[in-house]
Amino acid sequence: MRTATDHAATALAILATILVVAPLIAIFFYLVYKGASSLNLAFFTQIPKPEGEVGGGMANAIIGSAVILAIASVIGIPIGIGGGIYLAEYGRGTKLANAVRFTADVLNGVPSIVMGIAAYALVVVPMHHFSAFAGGVALGIMMIPTVTRSTEEMLLMVPHAVREAALGLGVPSWRSVLAITLKTASPGVVTGCMLAFARVAGETAPLLFTALGNQFWSVSLNREIAALPLQIYIYAISPYDDQHRLAWAASLVLIVLIVLSVALVRYVAGRGVLKGAS
Amino acid sequence: MGVGIEVTNLNAWYGTNHTLQDINLPVPANHATALIGPSGCGKSTFVRCLNRMHETNPVARVTGSVRIGDQDIYADASPVEVRRRVGMVFQRPNPFPTMSIYDNVCSGLKLNGFRNRKMLDEVVERSLRQSALWDEVKDDLKKKSGASLSGGQQQRMCIARALAVDPEVLLMDEPASALDPVSTSKIEDLIFELKSQYTIVIVTHNMQQAARVAEKTGFFLNGRLVEFDSTHKIFTNPSDKRTEDYITGRFG
Repeated sequence: MRTATDHAATALAILATILVVAPLIAIFFYLVYKGASSLNLAFFTQIPKPEGEVGGGMANAIIGSAVILAIASVIGIPIGIGGGIYLAEYGRGTKLANAVRFTADVLNGVPSIVMGIAAYALVVVPMHHFSAFAGGVALGIMMIPTVTRSTEEMLLMVPHAVREAALGLGVPSWRSVLAITLKTASPGVVTGCMLAFARVAGETAPLLFTALGNQFWSVSLNREIAALPLQIYIYAISPYDDQHRLAWAASLVLIVLIVLSVALVRYVAGRGVLKGAS
Repeated sequence: MGVGIEVTNLNAWYGTNHTLQDINLPVPANHATALIGPSGCGKSTFVRCLNRMHETNPVARVTGSVRIGDQDIYADASPVEVRRRVGMVFQRPNPFPTMSIYDNVCSGLKLNGFRNRKMLDEVVERSLRQSALWDEVKDDLKKKSGASLSGGQQQRMCIARALAVDPEVLLMDEPASALDPVSTSKIEDLIFELKSQYTIVIVTHNMQQAARVAEKTGFFLNGRLVEFDSTHKIFTNPSDKRTEDYITGRFG
């Protein structure tokens, strides 16, 4: 009887695992099926052709997404980690910390299009034009709450004894936080940053009236810029079959690029971890 | 070299809990002083007051004076300065989990800005020799994580880490209570070696351990220092009835 229960539990766990992985694999293969045939050198090297013409590529959108995400990470990751450090190390139990934590959770639930409107009001209106920078700000703000909360949770998992060891050596507390606590928690903190990155990498709505999109080459932070999700959106609702195919291909490329960048960061962050370190 | 410690009218609180009451105690330089007493008697709080670790708890408070050498550590120094002079070894080994053995040992120096490789190499070797761990780890100093060592080795590495910053006083809060008997006897041998160079204060639950390593012993009970005398006197002919009851196992 016990063995039977055990087998049943194992079977359920395996079934659940399959149900978790299946959608991801299904989406991926569907994208490969629909999009892979449109992938060629031109896709990665050319900019979009004018309306109605066949061919062209997404080079500007790929670079544009990279630029916007770089700006977003530069804004979102340091502020997010800083907030997480405050919550876990300095503000424990204070009213300000509770307010910050609550705000972060609310911010996490704010619809992404509202973030776009906020960035529009904060950046686009004062600058009088759409820009890559505005897109980066919108996505950066979206990254902050995720990074903050995950950093806080990871820091709280560092044993108190490790903090005491550092303080007991006469290490000033700010240095102990950065060099010991944050470093000990770094695998989890990196994962949190990557989750936030992957989440905003596919966002379209916040870019609609910040980065706006661009059919031409531009890497200027000060001008409107193309982005893969925007380009997918534009092509998907266009009347041309060729653009539909390019939209599928772009979706595939977007997913692959997100997976690659997350894997790369984890690899780089994971190097230098020693044998036996937990 | 070690320096003496002069504790005068020390009181400590956790919140409203008065954990130490009017402690007066002279710790002699270059000797080992043991503190014994039942759980919750304040002996751990007491050693944590000697390097100002007590106040890292936000609800903790201290009054009175502690002079280490000729410095009043509560009036004339910052907590960071005090902790550089007064090393601490904790009850459970607490290596930095992400660091190699080498980095663990010299972490105190590195985190305070020392970068000279040659000097760090020397300090690491000297400290690990002092803590009798050098021969066991010298081949994988930088390859192995400090957390991959056995419990007893980790604790000796933590002792080396405390010694690497060249303190004058070494506080040990039940350093062997989480270790097996072989590791325990190694730690005791070590205390014997180290007391020629450092002033050692050791908290212990184990009365035989106090008798083996310490010249002086203090008995704490309910936040008060009941008796402080030579270890020999405490264990053979204590003046206070409560001390006698404790060491003969009538309570605690």
